Amino acid sequence: MERLPAFELKRPTSLAQAIEWLAATPEARAIAGGTDLVPNLRDGIGAPPVLVDLSRVPGFDAYEIRTAGARIGAGVTLARLASDAGVAAALPAVSAAAASIAGPGHRSVATVGGNLCVDTRCVYYNQSEWWRKSNGYCLKHLGDTCHVAPTGTRCHAAYQGDLAPALIACGASVELAGPRGTRTIALEDLYRDDGLAHLALEPGELVVAVAVPAQPRGAMSAYRKARARGAIDFPLAGVAVRLAVDDGRIAAIDVALTGTNSRPFRLAGTAAWVGRAVDDGLLAELGKAVQKQVSPMRTTVTQSNWRRQVASVEAQRLVRDLAKVAS
Amino acid sequence: MAKRVLSFVVNGRLREEAVGDSTLLLDLLREQLGLTGTKRGCDGGECGACTVIVDGRPQLSCLTLAARCDGAHVETVEALAAGGRMSALQAAFHEKLGTQCGFCTPGMIMAAEALLRGNPAPDEATIREALGGNLCRCTGYVKIIEAVQAAAAAGGGR
Repeated sequence: MERLPAFELKRPTSLAQAIEWLAATPEARAIAGGTDLVPNLRDGIGAPPVLVDLSRVPGFDAYEIRTAGARIGAGVTLARLASDAGVAAALPAVSAAAASIAGPGHRSVATVGGNLCVDTRCVYYNQSEWWRKSNGYCLKHLGDTCHVAPTGTRCHAAYQGDLAPALIACGASVELAGPRGTRTIALEDLYRDDGLAHLALEPGELVVAVAVPAQPRGAMSAYRKARARGAIDFPLAGVAVRLAVDDGRIAAIDVALTGTNSRPFRLAGTAAWVGRAVDDGLLAELGKAVQKQVSPMRTTVTQSNWRRQVASVEAQRLVRDLAKVAS
Repeated sequence: MAKRVLSFVVNGRLREEAVGDSTLLLDLLREQLGLTGTKRGCDGGECGACTVIVDGRPQLSCLTLAARCDGAHVETVEALAAGGRMSALQAAFHEKLGTQCGFCTPGMIMAAEALLRGNPAPDEATIREALGGNLCRCTGYVKIIEAVQAAAAAGGGR
């Protein structure tokens, strides 16, 4: 890779200062662990004049897990999240998702906020400057055509963060802070189905923390992903499920997906399965619903249809396995 | 380029270095400090050859801004041998043939060193997990795993 472009590193020691510096330079970027941002910058994707380092913002790495719910600071590292027994017990899907992200050398510095805000990815985008230039660039950066769907008008780069589906399935919301104050939104509303601008953040706005409510009684959750390199890779398709079963019937079911669309999303229509038993008929309906709602495009070297099928099968396996544990 | 004076401890020695804001830790170690044990492999965070230990944690120096290491303790493979003797991990990699071409070895050893400090008796699955971010194109990993197991049996990373 190339050397980093020149920038000024600012190291704020308060949230207000971080927001002020981000707002003062519209092209400034926030940096937490930097494990996604740094390789992108080294690939010539963007040249922000200022990087605002969030590692010294007080309280950014605080978190608490209680029976009433959890609050996880955006600066908590994935290593810490993945190794925490409280998270593993209360939010197993979140714990499994954190442990599945990249390798130990990434997780030791990569953060919750960084993974939630990870850039969308595409085989035409995550390339060197000379590769992208020789291909006429692409709609996501400097070009005017999406090579994945050249006749369309939008960018199809895929969102491939792992924490988001697990947290969405567990009903999480995100606390945001920006020049216009703070707000809290449902995590799924942080995302837009647009590979070019997949985050619904306002200029200068940051993810400060994730809040997860108390989980329904008896609810269990899990996360699975398919990837090319088993030890360290982004999900080609990832599925999180939270399931509560009462007397052999579904009391609550939440399914969220990643890797297949430009945003992580909650599977629609699952409420209709409440009261049903987890049997072959239900699993077939689940599989079909996933196949219908995911839209993997040619953003990876793996075939889109395989990713569609794998998302569907992984969702079925998760629900079947969780139901088995419940009985 | 904006520069600042970085004050940090490298392999036990306090250093002050003038670094650019966009200087990578890998470049600082290799080119400014002459510590070429840390290897530039894929140079994009995918192979682990540049793994060093920062404040006790394994970290990829090709993705780390040097300026953010102000006040940190950085350890490279050069720190392991003491008094002309290899550390237990280095000796085990040598004896168990965990090293072939040797290019991935410093990263493997530093990742394993970070593991053994926190967990002196890891099982095989834990070793594989800890080395999951490190690629070797020669050995097929079996000898590397055996080397880490041997080092653990011999009393850890030291």
